[in-house]
Amino acid sequence: MKINFILNGREIELTAPSDVRVVDLLREELELTGTKESCGSGECGSCTILVDGQSRLSCLMLAAQLQGREVTTIEGLADDAGRHPVQEAFVQAGAVQCGFCTPGMVLAAVDLLDRRPDPSRSEIREGLSGNLCRCTGYQKIVDAVEMAVHREEG
Amino acid sequence: MREVFLPRTLDELWDLLRRRPEAVIYAGGTDVLVKLRAGLIAASSLICLERIEDLQGVRDQGDEVYIGAATTHRTLLADPVIQEHFPILIQALSVLGSPPVRNMGTIGGNVVTASPAGDTLPPLYVLDAEVEVRWSDGAKRLPLSQFILGPGKTSLGPGQLLAGVWLRKSADYNVHHFEKVGQRKALAIAVVSLAALLKVSDSGRIDQVRLAWGSVGPTVMRSGEVESALEGRVISRETLDQAAALAQTAVSPIDDIRASGAYRRTVAGNLLLRLINYAR
Ligand SMILES: Cc1cc2nc3c(=O)[nH]c(=O)nc-3n(C[C@H](O)[C@H](O)[C@H](O)COP(=O)(O)OP(=O)(O)OC[C@H]3O[C@@H](n4cnc5c(N)ncnc54)[C@H](O)[C@@H]3O)c2cc1C
Ligand code: FES
Ligand code: FES
Repeated sequence: MKINFILNGREIELTAPSDVRVVDLLREELELTGTKESCGSGECGSCTILVDGQSRLSCLMLAAQLQGREVTTIEGLADDAGRHPVQEAFVQAGAVQCGFCTPGMVLAAVDLLDRRPDPSRSEIREGLSGNLCRCTGYQKIVDAVEMAVHREEG
Repeated sequence: MREVFLPRTLDELWDLLRRRPEAVIYAGGTDVLVKLRAGLIAASSLICLERIEDLQGVRDQGDEVYIGAATTHRTLLADPVIQEHFPILIQALSVLGSPPVRNMGTIGGNVVTASPAGDTLPPLYVLDAEVEVRWSDGAKRLPLSQFILGPGKTSLGPGQLLAGVWLRKSADYNVHHFEKVGQRKALAIAVVSLAALLKVSDSGRIDQVRLAWGSVGPTVMRSGEVESALEGRVISRETLDQAAALAQTAVSPIDDIRASGAYRRTVAGNLLLRLINYAR
Protein backbone atom coordinates (compact mmCIF):
# COMPACT_ATOMS: atom_id res chain seq x y z
CA MET A 1 0.00 0.00 0.00
CA LYS A 2 0.96 3.65 -0.43
CA ILE A 3 1.73 5.41 2.82
CA ASN A 4 2.17 9.15 3.27
CA PHE A 5 3.59 10.54 6.48
CA ILE A 6 6.05 13.02 7.88
CA LEU A 7 9.34 11.50 8.87
CA ASN A 8 11.77 13.66 10.81
CA GLY A 9 10.21 16.81 9.44
CA ARG A 10 10.08 15.66 5.82
CA GLU A 11 6.95 14.54 3.99
CA ILE A 12 7.46 11.15 2.45
CA GLU A 13 5.48 8.73 0.39
CA LEU A 14 6.41 5.10 0.11
CA THR A 15 4.98 1.79 -0.91
CA ALA A 16 5.22 -1.00 1.62
CA PRO A 17 3.26 -4.05 2.70
CA SER A 18 0.67 -2.73 5.15
CA ASP A 19 1.54 -5.35 7.77
CA VAL A 20 5.29 -4.75 7.96
CA ARG A 21 6.27 -3.63 11.45
CA VAL A 22 7.29 0.00 11.73
CA VAL A 23 10.65 -0.98 13.25
CA ASP A 24 11.43 -3.08 10.17
CA LEU A 25 10.26 -0.38 7.81
CA LEU A 26 12.49 2.20 9.49
CA ARG A 27 15.56 0.02 9.74
CA GLU A 28 15.40 -1.96 6.55
CA GLU A 29 13.53 0.14 3.98
CA LEU A 30 14.49 3.60 5.22
CA GLU A 31 17.91 2.64 6.60
CA LEU A 32 17.31 4.54 9.81
CA THR A 33 19.09 2.10 12.09
CA GLY A 34 19.10 4.39 15.12
CA THR A 35 15.84 2.75 16.14
CA LYS A 36 16.78 -0.56 17.78
CA GLU A 37 14.93 -3.79 18.35
CA SER A 38 15.64 -6.21 21.11
CA CYS A 39 12.59 -7.85 22.66
CA GLY A 40 10.11 -7.33 19.83
CA SER A 41 7.29 -7.58 22.36
CA GLY A 42 6.84 -4.23 24.09
CA GLU A 43 9.01 -4.93 27.12
CA CYS A 44 12.23 -3.02 26.54
CA GLY A 45 11.61 0.32 24.83
CA SER A 46 14.65 0.17 22.57
CA CYS A 47 12.39 0.58 19.52
CA THR A 48 10.76 3.77 20.86
CA ILE A 49 9.84 6.45 18.32
CA LEU A 50 7.68 9.56 18.66
CA VAL A 51 4.38 9.51 16.81
CA ASP A 52 2.64 12.89 16.88
CA GLY A 53 4.95 13.67 19.80
CA GLN A 54 4.08 10.61 21.93
CA SER A 55 6.41 7.72 22.58
CA ARG A 56 5.32 4.54 20.82
CA LEU A 57 6.89 1.15 20.37
CA SER A 58 7.74 0.62 16.73
CA CYS A 59 7.86 -3.16 17.22
CA LEU A 60 4.12 -3.07 18.03
CA MET A 61 2.96 -0.85 15.18
CA LEU A 62 2.23 -1.78 11.60
CA ALA A 63 3.19 0.37 8.62
CA ALA A 64 -0.43 1.19 7.76
CA GLN A 65 -0.73 3.03 11.11
CA LEU A 66 1.84 5.61 9.96
CA GLN A 67 -0.55 7.07 7.40
CA GLY A 68 -0.87 10.83 8.02
CA ARG A 69 1.23 10.78 11.19
CA GLU A 70 4.26 12.80 12.18
CA VAL A 71 7.13 10.53 13.16
CA THR A 72 10.37 11.43 14.88
CA THR A 73 13.18 8.91 15.18
CA ILE A 74 16.46 9.53 16.96
CA GLU A 75 17.95 10.64 13.63
CA GLY A 76 15.48 13.53 13.47
CA LEU A 77 16.01 14.94 16.94
CA ALA A 78 19.03 17.14 16.33
CA ASP A 79 18.50 20.27 14.25
CA ASP A 80 20.84 22.58 12.36
CA ALA A 81 21.85 24.20 15.62
CA GLY A 82 23.13 20.86 16.90
CA ARG A 83 22.06 18.16 19.28
CA HIS A 84 18.77 18.25 21.13
CA PRO A 85 19.25 19.34 24.79
CA VAL A 86 18.41 15.80 25.96
CA GLN A 87 21.02 14.31 23.64
CA GLU A 88 23.56 16.86 24.81
CA ALA A 89 22.80 16.04 28.45
CA PHE A 90 23.26 12.28 27.80
CA VAL A 91 26.71 13.02 26.42
CA GLN A 92 27.64 15.38 29.25
CA ALA A 93 26.38 13.07 31.99
CA GLY A 94 28.09 10.01 30.54
CA ALA A 95 24.72 8.27 30.36
CA VAL A 96 25.76 6.06 27.45
CA GLN A 97 27.74 2.84 27.62
CA CYS A 98 27.04 0.41 24.79
CA GLY A 99 24.41 2.83 23.50
CA PHE A 100 21.83 0.26 22.46
CA CYS A 101 19.11 1.63 24.74
CA THR A 102 20.07 5.26 24.20
CA PRO A 103 17.86 6.22 21.24
CA GLY A 104 14.80 4.87 23.04
CA MET A 105 15.79 6.43 26.36
CA VAL A 106 16.35 9.83 24.77
CA LEU A 107 13.01 9.79 22.95
CA ALA A 108 11.17 8.59 26.07
CA ALA A 109 12.80 11.47 27.97
CA VAL A 110 11.76 13.97 25.28
CA ASP A 111 8.15 12.75 25.58
CA LEU A 112 8.30 12.95 29.38
CA LEU A 113 9.70 16.51 29.41
CA ASP A 114 7.02 17.53 26.97
CA ARG A 115 4.33 16.43 29.42
CA ARG A 116 6.20 17.37 32.59
CA PRO A 117 8.77 20.07 32.02
CA ASP A 118 10.11 19.91 35.58
CA PRO A 119 9.91 16.30 36.77
CA SER A 120 11.22 15.05 40.11
CA ARG A 121 13.80 12.27 40.14
CA SER A 122 11.13 9.69 40.84
CA GLU A 123 8.97 11.07 38.04
CA ILE A 124 11.94 10.70 35.71
CA ARG A 125 12.38 7.09 36.81
CA GLU A 126 8.68 6.47 36.25
CA GLY A 127 8.76 8.22 32.86
CA LEU A 128 11.61 5.99 31.70
CA SER A 129 10.26 2.82 33.27
CA GLY A 130 9.38 1.32 29.89
CA ASN A 131 13.01 1.49 28.77
CA LEU A 132 15.54 -1.07 29.89
CA CYS A 133 19.30 -0.53 30.02
CA ARG A 134 21.63 -3.49 30.47
CA CYS A 135 24.72 -1.36 31.14
CA THR A 136 24.45 1.85 33.09
CA GLY A 137 22.43 1.06 36.19
CA TYR A 138 20.20 4.05 35.28
CA GLN A 139 21.74 6.62 37.68
CA LYS A 140 23.51 8.52 34.97
CA ILE A 141 20.51 8.33 32.69
CA VAL A 142 18.36 9.96 35.36
CA ASP A 143 21.17 12.49 35.97
CA ALA A 144 21.16 13.28 32.26
CA VAL A 145 17.44 13.97 32.18
CA GLU A 146 17.75 16.20 35.26
CA MET A 147 20.57 18.03 33.54
CA ALA A 148 18.43 18.50 30.43
CA VAL A 149 15.68 20.04 32.55
CA HIS A 150 18.03 22.68 33.90
CA ARG A 151 19.59 23.24 30.52
CA GLU A 152 16.20 23.90 28.98
CA GLU A 153 15.36 26.28 31.82
CA GLY A 154 18.63 28.15 31.54
CA MET B 1 1.09 -10.26 3.17
CA ARG B 2 -1.77 -9.57 5.52
CA GLU B 3 -3.87 -6.57 4.70
CA VAL B 4 -4.25 -3.99 7.45
CA PHE B 5 -7.32 -1.78 7.33
CA LEU B 6 -7.75 1.55 9.08
CA PRO B 7 -11.46 2.38 8.90
CA ARG B 8 -12.40 5.94 9.87
CA THR B 9 -16.05 5.41 10.71
CA LEU B 10 -18.20 2.66 12.17
CA ASP B 11 -19.97 2.31 8.83
CA GLU B 12 -16.65 1.59 7.16
CA LEU B 13 -15.93 -0.92 9.92
CA TRP B 14 -19.24 -2.77 9.48
CA ASP B 15 -18.63 -2.93 5.78
CA LEU B 16 -15.16 -4.38 6.32
CA LEU B 17 -16.42 -6.90 8.85
CA ARG B 18 -19.00 -8.04 6.32
CA ARG B 19 -16.38 -8.52 3.64
CA ARG B 20 -13.72 -9.95 6.00
CA PRO B 21 -15.54 -11.76 8.76
CA GLU B 22 -12.32 -13.55 9.74
CA ALA B 23 -10.27 -10.36 10.21
CA VAL B 24 -8.65 -9.77 13.61
CA ILE B 25 -9.56 -6.45 15.22
CA TYR B 26 -7.05 -4.45 17.21
CA ALA B 27 -6.86 -1.04 18.86
CA GLY B 28 -3.47 -0.37 20.47
CA GLY B 29 -2.15 -3.75 19.39
CA THR B 30 -0.22 -4.25 22.63
CA ASP B 31 -1.86 -7.63 23.14
CA VAL B 32 -2.71 -8.65 19.58
CA LEU B 33 0.58 -7.82 17.88
CA VAL B 34 2.56 -9.57 20.62
CA LYS B 35 0.43 -12.71 20.26
CA LEU B 36 0.56 -12.56 16.48
CA ARG B 37 4.34 -12.42 16.47
CA ALA B 38 4.57 -15.22 18.98
CA GLY B 39 2.37 -17.33 16.72
CA LEU B 40 -0.36 -17.62 19.37
CA ILE B 41 -2.97 -16.27 17.01
CA ALA B 42 -3.23 -16.22 13.24
CA ALA B 43 -4.72 -13.45 11.14
CA SER B 44 -5.31 -13.30 7.42
CA SER B 45 -6.14 -9.61 7.74
CA LEU B 46 -6.21 -7.00 10.47
CA ILE B 47 -8.52 -4.09 11.22
CA CYS B 48 -7.13 -1.31 13.40
CA LEU B 49 -9.68 0.77 15.33
CA GLU B 50 -7.41 3.70 16.21
CA ARG B 51 -8.86 6.13 13.62
CA ILE B 52 -12.57 5.66 14.39
CA GLU B 53 -13.70 8.91 15.98
CA ASP B 54 -16.80 7.34 17.58
CA LEU B 55 -14.62 5.02 19.66
CA GLN B 56 -12.44 7.80 21.03
CA GLY B 57 -12.53 9.86 24.17
CA VAL B 58 -14.51 10.50 27.33
CA ARG B 59 -18.04 11.90 27.22
CA ASP B 60 -19.57 13.40 30.36
CA GLN B 61 -23.30 12.63 30.13
CA GLY B 62 -24.38 14.07 33.47
CA ASP B 63 -24.98 11.15 35.83
CA GLU B 64 -22.92 8.87 33.67
CA VAL B 65 -19.65 8.94 31.81
CA TYR B 66 -19.03 7.14 28.53
CA ILE B 67 -15.53 6.05 27.57
CA GLY B 68 -14.98 5.11 23.92
CA ALA B 69 -13.39 1.66 23.68
CA ALA B 70 -10.37 2.84 21.68
CA THR B 71 -9.44 5.56 24.20
CA THR B 72 -5.83 5.09 25.26
CA HIS B 73 -4.78 4.74 28.87
CA ARG B 74 -2.75 7.93 28.49
CA THR B 75 -5.81 9.90 27.40
CA LEU B 76 -7.81 8.57 30.36
CA LEU B 77 -5.04 9.42 32.81
CA ALA B 78 -5.09 13.03 31.62
CA ASP B 79 -8.87 13.37 31.56
CA PRO B 80 -10.32 15.76 34.18
CA VAL B 81 -13.69 13.93 34.39
CA ILE B 82 -12.00 10.58 35.08
CA GLN B 83 -9.64 12.24 37.55
CA GLU B 84 -12.50 13.84 39.45
CA HIS B 85 -14.99 10.97 39.58
CA PHE B 86 -12.99 7.76 39.21
CA PRO B 87 -9.68 8.11 41.06
CA ILE B 88 -9.57 4.33 41.50
CA LEU B 89 -9.34 3.91 37.72
CA ILE B 90 -6.57 6.51 37.58
CA GLN B 91 -4.62 4.61 40.26
CA ALA B 92 -4.86 1.38 38.28
CA LEU B 93 -4.03 2.97 34.92
CA SER B 94 -0.97 4.67 36.34
CA VAL B 95 0.61 1.28 37.12
CA LEU B 96 -0.48 -0.46 33.92
CA GLY B 97 2.53 -1.54 31.86
CA SER B 98 4.85 1.36 31.11
CA PRO B 99 4.49 4.82 29.58
CA PRO B 100 4.67 3.64 25.94
CA VAL B 101 2.28 0.74 26.67
CA ARG B 102 -0.14 3.30 28.18
CA ASN B 103 0.30 5.54 25.14
CA MET B 104 -0.78 2.71 22.85
CA GLY B 105 -3.01 0.39 24.88
CA THR B 106 -6.73 1.08 25.21
CA ILE B 107 -9.45 0.40 27.75
CA GLY B 108 -11.42 -1.64 25.21
CA GLY B 109 -8.37 -3.80 24.51
CA ASN B 110 -7.84 -4.36 28.23
CA VAL B 111 -11.49 -5.36 28.73
CA VAL B 112 -11.74 -7.68 25.71
CA THR B 113 -8.41 -9.34 26.54
CA ALA B 114 -10.29 -10.34 29.72
CA SER B 115 -7.14 -11.35 31.54
CA PRO B 116 -7.71 -12.02 35.25
CA ALA B 117 -4.67 -9.75 35.66
CA GLY B 118 -6.07 -6.90 33.53
CA ASP B 119 -5.46 -3.80 35.61
CA THR B 120 -8.56 -1.83 34.65
CA LEU B 121 -10.88 -4.71 35.54
CA PRO B 122 -10.99 -4.70 39.38
CA PRO B 123 -11.75 -0.94 39.39
CA LEU B 124 -14.36 -1.35 36.65
CA TYR B 125 -16.02 -4.18 38.62
CA VAL B 126 -16.29 -2.19 41.85
CA LEU B 127 -17.57 0.80 39.88
CA ASP B 128 -20.33 -1.45 38.43
CA ALA B 129 -19.25 -0.62 34.90
CA GLU B 130 -21.46 -1.52 31.98
CA VAL B 131 -20.27 -2.09 28.46
CA GLU B 132 -21.89 -1.08 25.20
CA VAL B 133 -21.70 -3.68 22.45
CA ARG B 134 -22.55 -2.69 18.89
CA TRP B 135 -22.95 -4.49 15.60
CA SER B 136 -23.94 -3.36 12.13
CA ASP B 137 -27.63 -2.97 12.92
CA GLY B 138 -27.91 -3.04 16.67
CA ALA B 139 -26.51 -2.23 20.10
CA LYS B 140 -26.92 -3.41 23.66
CA ARG B 141 -25.72 -2.52 27.09
CA LEU B 142 -24.80 -5.09 29.74
CA PRO B 143 -22.90 -5.27 33.03
CA LEU B 144 -19.17 -5.89 32.62
CA SER B 145 -19.48 -8.88 34.94
CA GLN B 146 -21.80 -10.52 32.39
CA PHE B 147 -19.66 -9.52 29.45
CA ILE B 148 -16.52 -11.25 30.76
CA LEU B 149 -17.06 -15.01 30.86
CA GLY B 150 -13.62 -16.38 31.71
CA PRO B 151 -9.93 -15.90 31.07
CA GLY B 152 -9.72 -14.42 27.56
CA LYS B 153 -13.44 -15.04 27.03
CA THR B 154 -16.17 -12.50 26.48
CA SER B 155 -19.73 -12.71 25.25
CA LEU B 156 -18.87 -10.81 22.03
CA GLY B 157 -20.40 -12.57 19.05
CA PRO B 158 -19.16 -12.54 15.45
CA GLY B 159 -19.35 -9.08 13.90
CA GLN B 160 -19.74 -7.46 17.33
CA LEU B 161 -17.65 -4.66 18.69
CA LEU B 162 -17.08 -3.34 22.18
CA ALA B 163 -18.02 0.29 21.55
CA GLY B 164 -17.43 1.71 25.01
CA VAL B 165 -17.68 1.54 28.77
CA TRP B 166 -20.32 3.27 30.88
CA LEU B 167 -19.56 4.43 34.42
CA ARG B 168 -22.05 5.92 36.86
CA LYS B 169 -20.85 8.87 38.92
CA SER B 170 -21.34 8.33 42.61
CA ALA B 171 -20.57 10.42 45.65
CA ASP B 172 -21.05 7.38 47.91
CA TYR B 173 -17.42 6.47 48.37
CA ASN B 174 -14.80 8.68 50.00
CA VAL B 175 -11.99 6.13 49.73
CA HIS B 176 -10.75 4.92 46.35
CA HIS B 177 -7.97 2.39 46.76
CA PHE B 178 -6.11 0.23 44.23
CA GLU B 179 -2.99 -1.77 44.87
CA LYS B 180 -1.18 -4.19 42.63
CA VAL B 181 1.49 -6.59 43.75
CA GLY B 182 3.79 -7.59 40.93
CA GLN B 183 7.30 -8.92 40.58
CA ARG B 184 8.78 -5.50 39.94
CA LYS B 185 7.68 -1.88 39.95
CA ALA B 186 7.15 -1.20 36.27
CA LEU B 187 6.04 -3.49 33.46
CA ALA B 188 4.68 -5.90 36.04
CA ILE B 189 1.69 -8.11 35.39
CA ALA B 190 -0.35 -8.32 38.58
CA VAL B 191 0.36 -11.30 40.82
CA VAL B 192 -2.56 -10.11 42.90
CA SER B 193 -4.42 -6.81 42.88
CA LEU B 194 -7.17 -5.29 45.00
CA ALA B 195 -9.63 -2.53 44.21
CA ALA B 196 -11.60 -1.16 47.16
CA LEU B 197 -14.24 1.54 47.37
CA LEU B 198 -15.19 2.54 50.89
CA LYS B 199 -17.53 4.97 52.52
CA VAL B 200 -15.89 5.71 55.85
CA SER B 201 -17.78 7.81 58.40
CA ASP B 202 -16.18 10.54 60.50
CA SER B 203 -15.89 8.05 63.34
CA GLY B 204 -14.03 5.59 61.10
CA ARG B 205 -16.91 3.18 60.54
CA ILE B 206 -17.18 1.49 57.16
CA ASP B 207 -20.69 2.35 55.98
CA GLN B 208 -20.32 0.88 52.52
CA VAL B 209 -17.67 -1.22 50.86
CA ARG B 210 -17.02 -2.82 47.50
CA LEU B 211 -14.05 -5.07 46.86
CA ALA B 212 -12.63 -6.80 43.80
CA TRP B 213 -9.46 -8.84 43.36
CA GLY B 214 -7.44 -9.41 40.22
CA SER B 215 -5.36 -12.51 39.39
CA VAL B 216 -6.86 -14.78 42.04
CA GLY B 217 -9.38 -16.63 39.88
CA PRO B 218 -10.51 -17.13 36.28
CA THR B 219 -12.03 -13.65 36.26
CA VAL B 220 -12.03 -10.73 38.67
CA MET B 221 -13.31 -11.98 42.05
CA ARG B 222 -15.80 -10.25 44.29
CA SER B 223 -16.83 -11.45 47.72
CA GLY B 224 -20.06 -10.46 49.41
CA GLU B 225 -18.92 -12.39 52.45
CA VAL B 226 -15.82 -10.29 52.98
CA GLU B 227 -17.77 -7.09 52.28
CA SER B 228 -20.35 -8.03 54.93
CA ALA B 229 -17.57 -8.72 57.41
CA LEU B 230 -16.39 -5.13 56.99
CA GLU B 231 -19.67 -3.28 56.66
CA GLY B 232 -20.73 -1.45 59.79
CA ARG B 233 -17.39 -2.07 61.50
CA VAL B 234 -14.85 0.49 62.59
CA ILE B 235 -11.58 0.12 60.72
CA SER B 236 -9.14 -1.62 63.02
CA ARG B 237 -6.38 -4.18 62.75
CA GLU B 238 -8.65 -6.81 64.26
CA THR B 239 -11.51 -6.22 61.80
CA LEU B 240 -9.12 -6.26 58.86
CA ASP B 241 -7.42 -9.45 60.09
CA GLN B 242 -10.78 -11.18 60.20
CA ALA B 243 -11.68 -9.96 56.73
CA ALA B 244 -8.27 -11.05 55.42
CA ALA B 245 -8.80 -14.57 56.74
CA LEU B 246 -12.17 -14.73 55.04
CA ALA B 247 -10.72 -13.41 51.79
CA GLN B 248 -8.07 -16.11 51.83
CA THR B 249 -10.74 -18.78 51.75
CA ALA B 250 -12.94 -16.93 49.25
CA VAL B 251 -10.40 -16.65 46.41
CA SER B 252 -9.40 -19.48 44.06
CA PRO B 253 -5.97 -18.68 42.67
CA ILE B 254 -3.79 -20.92 40.54
CA ASP B 255 -0.05 -21.60 40.35
CA ASP B 256 1.64 -20.08 37.33
CA ILE B 257 5.02 -18.75 36.25
CA ARG B 258 4.60 -15.60 38.30
CA ALA B 259 3.52 -17.00 41.66
CA SER B 260 2.06 -19.98 43.48
CA GLY B 261 -1.61 -20.19 44.34
CA ALA B 262 -0.76 -20.30 48.04
CA TYR B 263 1.23 -17.06 47.84
CA ARG B 264 -1.59 -15.39 45.93
CA ARG B 265 -4.09 -16.52 48.55
CA THR B 266 -2.01 -15.01 51.36
CA VAL B 267 -1.46 -11.75 49.52
CA ALA B 268 -5.13 -11.45 48.54
CA GLY B 269 -5.97 -11.33 52.23
CA ASN B 270 -3.04 -9.22 53.29
CA LEU B 271 -3.82 -6.50 50.77
CA LEU B 272 -6.87 -5.70 52.91
CA LEU B 273 -4.61 -4.78 55.83
CA ARG B 274 -3.56 -1.70 53.87
CA LEU B 275 -7.04 -0.28 54.52
CA ILE B 276 -5.79 0.55 58.04
CA ASN B 277 -4.45 3.72 56.37
CA TYR B 278 -8.02 4.95 56.16
CA ALA B 279 -8.78 4.55 59.89
CA ARG B 280 -9.87 7.80 61.52
C1 LIG C 1 5.09 -4.84 27.76
C2 LIG C 1 3.63 -4.96 28.10
C3 LIG C 1 3.22 -4.74 29.40
C4 LIG C 1 1.86 -4.85 29.74
N1 LIG C 1 1.50 -4.61 31.03
C5 LIG C 1 0.20 -4.70 31.38
C6 LIG C 1 -0.21 -4.43 32.73
O1 LIG C 1 0.61 -4.12 33.60
N2 LIG C 1 -1.53 -4.54 33.02
C7 LIG C 1 -2.46 -4.87 32.09
O2 LIG C 1 -3.63 -4.93 32.43
N3 LIG C 1 -2.10 -5.13 30.81
C8 LIG C 1 -0.80 -5.05 30.43
N4 LIG C 1 -0.43 -5.31 29.14
C9 LIG C 1 -1.46 -5.76 28.18
C10 LIG C 1 -2.07 -4.67 27.29
O3 LIG C 1 -1.19 -3.60 27.11
C11 LIG C 1 -3.37 -4.12 27.83
O4 LIG C 1 -4.27 -5.17 28.05
C12 LIG C 1 -3.99 -3.10 26.89
O5 LIG C 1 -4.99 -2.39 27.56
C13 LIG C 1 -4.57 -3.74 25.65
O6 LIG C 1 -5.12 -2.71 24.84
P1 LIG C 1 -4.83 -2.67 23.28
O7 LIG C 1 -5.70 -1.62 22.71
O8 LIG C 1 -3.40 -2.57 23.00
O9 LIG C 1 -5.35 -4.12 22.87
P2 LIG C 1 -5.25 -4.86 21.46
O10 LIG C 1 -4.01 -5.67 21.43
O11 LIG C 1 -5.48 -3.91 20.36
O12 LIG C 1 -6.53 -5.81 21.58
C14 LIG C 1 -6.64 -6.75 22.63
C15 LIG C 1 -7.84 -7.68 22.38
O13 LIG C 1 -9.05 -6.96 22.39
C16 LIG C 1 -9.71 -7.04 21.13
N5 LIG C 1 -10.27 -5.70 20.94
C17 LIG C 1 -9.61 -4.51 21.14
N6 LIG C 1 -10.49 -3.50 21.05
C18 LIG C 1 -11.70 -4.05 20.79
C19 LIG C 1 -13.01 -3.52 20.62
N7 LIG C 1 -13.25 -2.21 20.70
N8 LIG C 1 -14.04 -4.38 20.38
C20 LIG C 1 -13.82 -5.73 20.31
N9 LIG C 1 -12.60 -6.28 20.48
C21 LIG C 1 -11.57 -5.46 20.72
C22 LIG C 1 -8.68 -7.48 20.14
O14 LIG C 1 -9.26 -8.20 19.10
C23 LIG C 1 -7.82 -8.38 21.04
O15 LIG C 1 -8.44 -9.62 21.21
C24 LIG C 1 0.90 -5.19 28.75
C25 LIG C 1 1.33 -5.38 27.43
C26 LIG C 1 2.68 -5.26 27.09
C27 LIG C 1 3.10 -5.46 25.68
S1 FES D 1 11.88 -4.05 20.75
FE1 FES D 1 10.05 -2.92 20.95
S2 FES D 1 9.82 -2.82 23.08
FE2 FES D 1 11.52 -4.14 22.88
S1 FES E 1 23.92 1.70 27.54
FE1 FES E 1 23.94 -0.40 27.02
S2 FES E 1 21.86 -0.92 27.22
FE2 FES E 1 21.90 1.03 28.02
